[in-house]
Amino acid sequence: MDLDERKKLKQNKKKKRLIFRISILLVLVLAVVFVLVSNSKKDNDTYAEGDEAPNFKLEQINKSVDQKELELKDLKGKGVMVNFWATYCKPCEKEMPYMQGLYEKYKDKGIEIVAVNLDGNELVTNRFIDKYDLTFPVAWDKNKQVREIYNIRPIPSSVFIDKNGKITKRIEGQLTLDQLEDILKSIQP
Amino acid sequence: MNKIKCECGHVNPEGTVLCEACGKPIEGNQHITGNHKKKLLDMRYDGSARRSQTYNRSMIDKIWSFFSSVKVGIWLIVITLVASSIGTIFPQEEYIPEDAPFRDPSIFYEDRYGIFGKIYYQLGFHHLYSSWWYILLIALIGISLVICSLDRVIPLYKALKKQSPKRHKTFVERQRLFSETDHVTEQDKETLVKHLKQQRYKISEKDGHILAEKGRFSRWGPYVNHIGLIIILLAAILRFTPFMYSDASVSIREGETVSIPSTDGQYYIKNKKFTLEEYDEEDERFKASIEKSGNVAKNFQTDVIVYKAKGEAVPGSDPELEKYKEDKIQMNNPLKFDGITLYQRFYDLDEFKDMSFKLYEKDDKDQEAIGTFKVNLEDPKFEYSLPDGYKVKIDDYYPDYYFDEDDQTPQPRSDSTYPKNPAFIFKVYAPGEKEPEVSFAGIGKNIAASKDNQYKLGIVDFSTRDISTLTVRRDYTLPYFIIGAAIFMIGVIQGMYWYHRRVWIHPTEDGLLIAGHTNKNWHGLERDIEKAITDTSINMVEDQQEQE
Repeated sequence: MDLDERKKLKQNKKKKRLIFRISILLVLVLAVVFVLVSNSKKDNDTYAEGDEAPNFKLEQINKSVDQKELELKDLKGKGVMVNFWATYCKPCEKEMPYMQGLYEKYKDKGIEIVAVNLDGNELVTNRFIDKYDLTFPVAWDKNKQVREIYNIRPIPSSVFIDKNGKITKRIEGQLTLDQLEDILKSIQP
Repeated sequence: MNKIKCECGHVNPEGTVLCEACGKPIEGNQHITGNHKKKLLDMRYDGSARRSQTYNRSMIDKIWSFFSSVKVGIWLIVITLVASSIGTIFPQEEYIPEDAPFRDPSIFYEDRYGIFGKIYYQLGFHHLYSSWWYILLIALIGISLVICSLDRVIPLYKALKKQSPKRHKTFVERQRLFSETDHVTEQDKETLVKHLKQQRYKISEKDGHILAEKGRFSRWGPYVNHIGLIIILLAAILRFTPFMYSDASVSIREGETVSIPSTDGQYYIKNKKFTLEEYDEEDERFKASIEKSGNVAKNFQTDVIVYKAKGEAVPGSDPELEKYKEDKIQMNNPLKFDGITLYQRFYDLDEFKDMSFKLYEKDDKDQEAIGTFKVNLEDPKFEYSLPDGYKVKIDDYYPDYYFDEDDQTPQPRSDSTYPKNPAFIFKVYAPGEKEPEVSFAGIGKNIAASKDNQYKLGIVDFSTRDISTLTVRRDYTLPYFIIGAAIFMIGVIQGMYWYHRRVWIHPTEDGLLIAGHTNKNWHGLERDIEKAITDTSINMVEDQQEQE
């Protein structure tokens, strides 16, 4: 073996080693990135802002609305507020008059409100609807399935969907009148 | 830097401390393991070239050698240990006690532990084990593990494979166990080899130089062990994918059918019946301990029916259900199907299910019923018709009644949707009367809205039902954990119960040199050599480390 040949061999070996090291490091780094990303996602919502809102179909129990069932898909083209609430929840109760007031104002401008009720029973919900004269559809999530899909933790929580069926905002907790109006304006088609 | 050719003719890669073939210390590389300062040779990795210690040129090489360092690895482990112990100072977020007055972590830690609790919360230690930096630490340990192992096992493997029975004199002299015998007969030499063979040493020979070796297998123990650890880490990574692992819980009341969470509405489950059995208080065997610490559940069990949804249903709508499985779930006896496991977790006894009321005249001493009616507390009717034209309407219903005095207008409210303490506002319509009488009735409460009320409502009966809470788990990662742990154990056993022992016999003019090396248990090796030289005139080896 002369010197040149040996040099070549050495360089070849070095190259191989570099490729080996880069590929091992790459695999390890990818695994770490995957873990970190999925860990941070776990804390976040399953359906985040910007995602397509998953469809659902629920029984509609507000007697002043002439509709037995409600499917989200049918509301495409409108800006939709999906509010998760229950009668026993005080902040939900405070929010209701705002929603009713703004519903009357924005109903004809292409805004729909769907109040997803998480109570176990119809009588209580009906009395509540009567008390506040609600005129928007109230959907009864008997199985709490829609709550699970949207990964709703505290109530009240609201999800705002634009005319293309994309989630534009998720709010946890009670909204003020001004906040709510601003958001409704932003999803107005 | 060039490859180094030893005087025996073997070409060693750069960074080699001891020639791979003959073991002669390579001049100019002795500083790497500090051999130049001592009499004995450092035999770690058999003096092979650890690449990371030699090339440091490109960025990749620098990163590689950083992770390849055992020192770095140990520091990572120490830091992780310290971090892990910090996480145990105060309870983690998910273990904030159920009965704490403030369960919101932003209040809880300061409220209970004062200023230290506040700092603890602000530094994010309340969810330490899922914080990005903690996970990163674990990941770095994983990387260090992989690179450390690769960087050592490959050169070691090569060195042990290439080793020649013929070693340089210096190598032999500088071993820890060493002896020199000036005159040895050919017969004695044969006896020595025979004895070594009897002790299951593998003998190889070159030009009269002999290497006796056994248990090389033991050297791979630590690396096998690391492979196990890496598999365990990979299994932990798999847990982050919802397909491989999910964990949820579901509460079902007796008679209720609910969808099983985390199955996308594919499965439904019905709680047919919940049973709680306790130990017999009259039984002599248990009496004393029950008196001391109260009764303990002997068995709690839920009889369930699992349904499968037919076809694709839109979430929220009720799909058509098909009976799939009927079984019982007990503590330590979960129900398994299609990769899902249902465990019995909690129970709540005796939630109200329905309540029967009777209507009677206030002045009636016998409280004779005008009529009775039964209210389903989960789904009460709006109106109940009684005999003789009497009617009772439910004006309002509070499933979990309390009187709210904090509100601007104090009023009755419900705390939840579950009938834990049901109360009603009834309107009683007597025949012929236009205006109803209003009265409030609940457990231990019976209040007339006006003094003029002629009728009263009383609870005559009620029934209850139990709530069973199940854990729903899907875990495909468990087998990988088991495999990883098994390989880990194999590695431990391999490294602990076998020893890599080597004896070199180096002929001199008329006699021979004996040297011995082992990775652990030097006494054992000495005993082996002692046995081997019995009935010969060869000198027993001496431990040169003791002489130093």
